[in-house]
Amino acid sequence: MAEELHSLVAPYALDALDAPDERSFEQHLALCERCREELAALREAAAALAYGPSPAAPSPQLKERILAQARSERTNVVPLRRRRSWAIPLGAAAALAAAIALAVGIATRSSGENAFTSVLSQPGAKVIKMGGGSGALAVAPDGEAALALRLPRAPAGKTYEAWIVRPNAIRPAGLFGGGKVTVFRLPRRLPRGSVVAVSIERAGGARKPTQKPFIASAETT
Amino acid sequence: MTVLLAAPPPVKASRNLAPLSDEALLSLVASSDEAALAELYDRFGGVAYGLALRILRDESLAQDAVQEAFLAVWRTADRFLAERARASTWILTLVHRRAVDLVRREDRRRGEPLEGAPEPAAPGTVEEEATVRFQRRVVQEALRQLTPEQREALELGYYGGLTQSELAERLGQPLGTIKSRMFTALGRLRELLAQAGLEESLTS
Repeated sequence: MAEELHSLVAPYALDALDAPDERSFEQHLALCERCREELAALREAAAALAYGPSPAAPSPQLKERILAQARSERTNVVPLRRRRSWAIPLGAAAALAAAIALAVGIATRSSGENAFTSVLSQPGAKVIKMGGGSGALAVAPDGEAALALRLPRAPAGKTYEAWIVRPNAIRPAGLFGGGKVTVFRLPRRLPRGSVVAVSIERAGGARKPTQKPFIASAETT
Repeated sequence: MTVLLAAPPPVKASRNLAPLSDEALLSLVASSDEAALAELYDRFGGVAYGLALRILRDESLAQDAVQEAFLAVWRTADRFLAERARASTWILTLVHRRAVDLVRREDRRRGEPLEGAPEPAAPGTVEEEATVRFQRRVVQEALRQLTPEQREALELGYYGGLTQSELAERLGQPLGTIKSRMFTALGRLRELLAQAGLEESLTS
């Protein structure tokens, strides 16, 4: 099966796979260093083919349309780069309120004990809002933590992956599919000053984030 | 025309981005620098449109593909930083991807020779034109040096937008043969391009 997948690297570099093969190959790519290197080389050659046809002049309005559209998007999109620390500053009060409401909702609605309420029940436990999405992190003074998130179902072939981010290390902290409120206990205690982040990864998860996380907590204190 | 008049004055006047590498421009784009996007468009718009037109054979669809690709550059430039690729490769890959998506959606006839050459590009700076001309010559020469089967695989796959399965069916060959043709064709193309680039830089 692996050889089968290796052999898709050239068709993939040429955008010549149909959707199911493309998904399989992308999942394989996340795990296969050899294919990533090969793809980088073949892509370079494939992209050079773009110079083959005679260049043509699109209408001058095309440039204006592209720039106008880009300009209009800038006003309502916060570039991810500004969140380089991944510690998204606590944003709108409404978002915080929503996060707390969600957390409290989970705490009160669930009849039995869940990971979130269990952490929250410890003396001195705190709720930290997850910036960029609807959710919250509960952290006990000893670093025990649980995450509660409400996210749409992850796209086909993808999964959400949580990360514990420290200044010098990023460690995987669990996979989940979304589509409902997800509550889970983090697999290890959170050191002070760490951030919990979530990215979308290929199904099966990754050992390091391959995408910028789109949700992150403030730093724990 | 009012659109043109209403647009802000050309950004080139305020800052000279011309000396910056494509990669440096992309990192500016990642921090929402519109002038850097305009500069990248000036550098790659003609090649991008030529490619999209070759694949889609329709001016309006080709413009759509180029627009979507450059907006993808705008929205996802921060992802480029993580990739070990040249900026030109990344941008042209996005253009190809959009054009191929569109041609499959439209199910236009693919892989047929284009009737009538597209209009020549509007003159840019002399230097850019010479670079593009040089690149085109190198690529066309490299394509000529491939075997007919290898060339066919690239032409129908890359320019025609056929999937490997469609190609196998069309040529009456097993899928495995198509895959390995694509692989050897791209590998050989890469060697030829490297040789040409090297020779040129030694002689110029």
